[in-house]
Amino acid sequence: MERIPILKMGDFLLVTIQVDMHDQLALQLQDDLTTRISRESASGVLIDISSLDVVDSFIGRMIANIAAMARVLDADTVLTGMRPAVAITLVELGLALEGVHTALDVERGMALLRMNVAARRA
Amino acid sequence: MPPSSSSRIPELVAAHQRELLSGWLAKQQAASSTRLDLIAESELHEQSRRFLEALHTGLASGDLDELDAPEWSEAREYLRDISRSRAIQGFKPSETATFILSLKQPLFELLRKELGTQPQRLADDTWRASLILDRLGLFTIEAYQTTREEIIVRQHHELLELSTPVVRLWDRILALPLVGTLDSARTQVVMESLLERIVETGSEVAIIDITGVPTVDTLVAQHLLKTVAATRLMGADCIISGIRPQIAQTIVHLGVDLGAVVTKATLADAFAVALKRTGGALGAGATDER
Repeated sequence: MERIPILKMGDFLLVTIQVDMHDQLALQLQDDLTTRISRESASGVLIDISSLDVVDSFIGRMIANIAAMARVLDADTVLTGMRPAVAITLVELGLALEGVHTALDVERGMALLRMNVAARRA
Repeated sequence: MPPSSSSRIPELVAAHQRELLSGWLAKQQAASSTRLDLIAESELHEQSRRFLEALHTGLASGDLDELDAPEWSEAREYLRDISRSRAIQGFKPSETATFILSLKQPLFELLRKELGTQPQRLADDTWRASLILDRLGLFTIEAYQTTREEIIVRQHHELLELSTPVVRLWDRILALPLVGTLDSARTQVVMESLLERIVETGSEVAIIDITGVPTVDTLVAQHLLKTVAATRLMGADCIISGIRPQIAQTIVHLGVDLGAVVTKATLADAFAVALKRTGGALGAGATDER
């Protein structure tokens, strides 16, 4: 069964979604990610969706859920690279993802993650 | 009613074209709705003369009931041209229709003079002539209306293009000066072009300036909030500036919650905040202010 790979980079976990998300895959990712966060005691998660063309309400809520779960497990979540069309769709669906931090690309996302984690530890 | 071939209209129009033209011109000039301030007398003369010729061609085809027939195409084309040019010149619909309708009286007078001794035939031909002119008149109005609609559509497109410039204010700072009333269609265009530019330029702050927006109602406020939310989802910050005192009052009276949105009174204030954010938030000192 196909899975979305989760890469470890220092204290952070990096997820790049490069295939079309279907519901089963999203649930699998949620499972895998929470397991990895607690096993590695990661302090931050970066999810890059720059190659995602289509997002429906289920996937949108999934992302919000993952962020909330990571928060419970003491990790920050940053969502990066959202395309304009996807952003408009999510807003029209009423999913503003209030609890999720966002950044334009992976590089800035990493910087934001480092800053947030440093601020939290200080 | 006898078949149209027995009508004497074509023959009479052909024989008395000059007389008909002068009668028609006199009627047009007498009518206040001819607007001699918009059209030169010589042009009116030329238009009337050419239309009478086209009408004559149509009548000569013998078919007085089928104005859609190819024999009438010259008359229809010419009328369409006239209506179009009048619509552009700023004539009113009634003023445009006067052109064709004022031909009725001279034509009826001609019929009465020539057929006065045959009441039956006079009634038939008067009715037929009336029918033809009415249909041509309706055609004129239709052509006029089509032209007006084309103008409106074109202006609408021009307005959309004009009204949504996204300008790069500084490195990683975009500004979107909004002018005019915001509706759903425009907000969609605004939102899309702003988000596209954010991706293109990698900007972290977008300033939406609403100094030129005359009124803000709940719908406009909701559109603004949507744009701000979408910008945030992309990973950029959004600042709304240029909120005039009256608009601030309206927003509060309407109960619109702009709580999560950074708002500033002027574009300059917003710009200062944006500079501080791009300079201080990510990699201090690393800003390449070219």
